[in-house]
Amino acid sequence: MAHHRLSPRQYLILGLVAFCAPLGDACLSRGMTGLPPISFSHPQTLVAAIFTPWIALGISLLIGFFASYLTALSWADLTFVLPATAFGNVIVELLARFWLREPISVQRWIGVALITVGVSFVAQGPSLTERPERETTPAEEIAQ
Amino acid sequence: MTLPSSIAGVNAWTAAGMIAAIVLASTTGEVLMAAAMQSIGDLDVIRATSGLRGAIRAVTTSPKFLCGIFFLALAFFSLLFALNHLALSLVAPASASLTLVTNAIAAKFFLKENVDHRRWTAAALVCLGVYFLAH
Repeated sequence: MAHHRLSPRQYLILGLVAFCAPLGDACLSRGMTGLPPISFSHPQTLVAAIFTPWIALGISLLIGFFASYLTALSWADLTFVLPATAFGNVIVELLARFWLREPISVQRWIGVALITVGVSFVAQGPSLTERPERETTPAEEIAQ
Repeated sequence: MTLPSSIAGVNAWTAAGMIAAIVLASTTGEVLMAAAMQSIGDLDVIRATSGLRGAIRAVTTSPKFLCGIFFLALAFFSLLFALNHLALSLVAPASASLTLVTNAIAAKFFLKENVDHRRWTAAALVCLGVYFLAH
């Protein structure tokens, strides 16, 4: 495997992947817990839930995540990009501790440490698997 | 596998089924999406020459991408449904940590990615980390 180094812009995109996903999920949770229980017999109420403010904000953040995620997948492996999404949990914990001054238990600090070590393991390696024989991608045709 | 008899009034096996549905749909969607982006190539290169519209066209005309969207939408509605019945502290870490492992397995066999010891170790560490964050 050749080592594909990432540019600062590519690290920024991975940062957006990490930030937008947990914030979007938190907004969705805030929106869904405020709604009455939804049953299998009325699935259309799930569609109506999309237009409530918290869920709409959550969806906007998740669209931002999705655009960054797709861009990252166009130049990096899935197994390289995925730990970046989990790193979002670390960002949320650090914000809760140092910005909101919330107490963080020892177990949660262990979780933060494990995710950070895991992400650093992946970040030190190559971002893309070398494929010796493959068809030219549309991007490569354009570059030529 | 032993599960608690009930989770917030929902049968434990129903809860496991909801989480399994999210993981399965999410893994299928993400692998299809990654396969689509691999076949398209670097979006920055396409955007530099054909503009944002060209990049959007390249992505949205890929059949693998459209199939991926379908499965991710399925995962999204499964998540909304599960969040309506179960706590976020159960659904989010369980689905996120399991999806990491299933994605690593799927990436190795379907995308032929070089998932070496470093990436397996990272997947296991992140999976454990997410579990600790939730408990």
